[in-house]
Amino acid sequence: MTFESAIFYVFAALLVFAALRVISTRNPVHAALWLVLAFFTAAGIWLLLGAEFLAITLVLVYVGAVMVLFLFVVMMLDVNFDALRRNFRSYLPVGATVGLLVFFEMALLIAGATRGAGPAAAAATEPNTRALGRLLYVDYVYPFEIAAVILLVAIVAAIALTHRRRRETRYQDPAEQVKVRRKDRVRILEMPSEKREP
Amino acid sequence: MSLSIVPGLTHYLVLGAVLFAIAVVGIFLNRRNVIILLMAIELMLLAVNLNFVAFAHHLGDMAGQVFVFFILTVAAAESAIGLAILVLLFRNVGSIDVEELSKLKG
Repeated sequence: MTFESAIFYVFAALLVFAALRVISTRNPVHAALWLVLAFFTAAGIWLLLGAEFLAITLVLVYVGAVMVLFLFVVMMLDVNFDALRRNFRSYLPVGATVGLLVFFEMALLIAGATRGAGPAAAAATEPNTRALGRLLYVDYVYPFEIAAVILLVAIVAAIALTHRRRRETRYQDPAEQVKVRRKDRVRILEMPSEKREP
Repeated sequence: MSLSIVPGLTHYLVLGAVLFAIAVVGIFLNRRNVIILLMAIELMLLAVNLNFVAFAHHLGDMAGQVFVFFILTVAAAESAIGLAILVLLFRNVGSIDVEELSKLKG
């Protein structure tokens, strides 16, 4: 067994175990941490496949941003998670059946499709990051711009969804300020002048 | 199908299939808890990405890795908006139980 295959099997076992713990653990914080382990391990497997840039991106973006977001939300919400696990066991038979069916369907397809020997992997002539960047900024520049727009839309949507006006905070309303007239602010009282008694 | 001990394309595809099936089972098991549902969706996307990277390596075609890049982008946007909706849901309903979300039921 070569070094590469040993790494593959260890990482594959870790990945499957972490995924199983994600769906079976009781505490969502633990589920998020197991998912972090799954992403780390998947990044290692991607390194084996020569996708260095994507592996680093997976760790930076997913472990660094998305999973922190998950943990933040899980800890912010005060949810009784045990109540959400009622009937957990009763869903197991149908879930396991569907999961096994999905796996065997895909296994059949893989066994049928990869029977013929495919083309051998081309030897990498230039660094992975440079090749990916050349492809991304030259051939796929238009989808790349669309991805940027999607991210912008996600930012605006997430802020617009969760932003709320606090009632106890005072805000300025420029429209109200511009519309104001003299009679709204100044009240002139008619008073008889008083004579001082000597 | 070559089931040699050295990992080839088949090994990576089987690993992706196992991961995807685990995520499907997770959606069935935790169908009341929206947070775990979102995590299971992330696992599914990871399995799909693993297949893309494996094929990109096997065929010597970098376009698969570009596609993984776009999937990562969309998945990040999806989880950000999904978690925002989750926070909003908890603020308005006071629970994240899927079975209590029956307001739209006629």
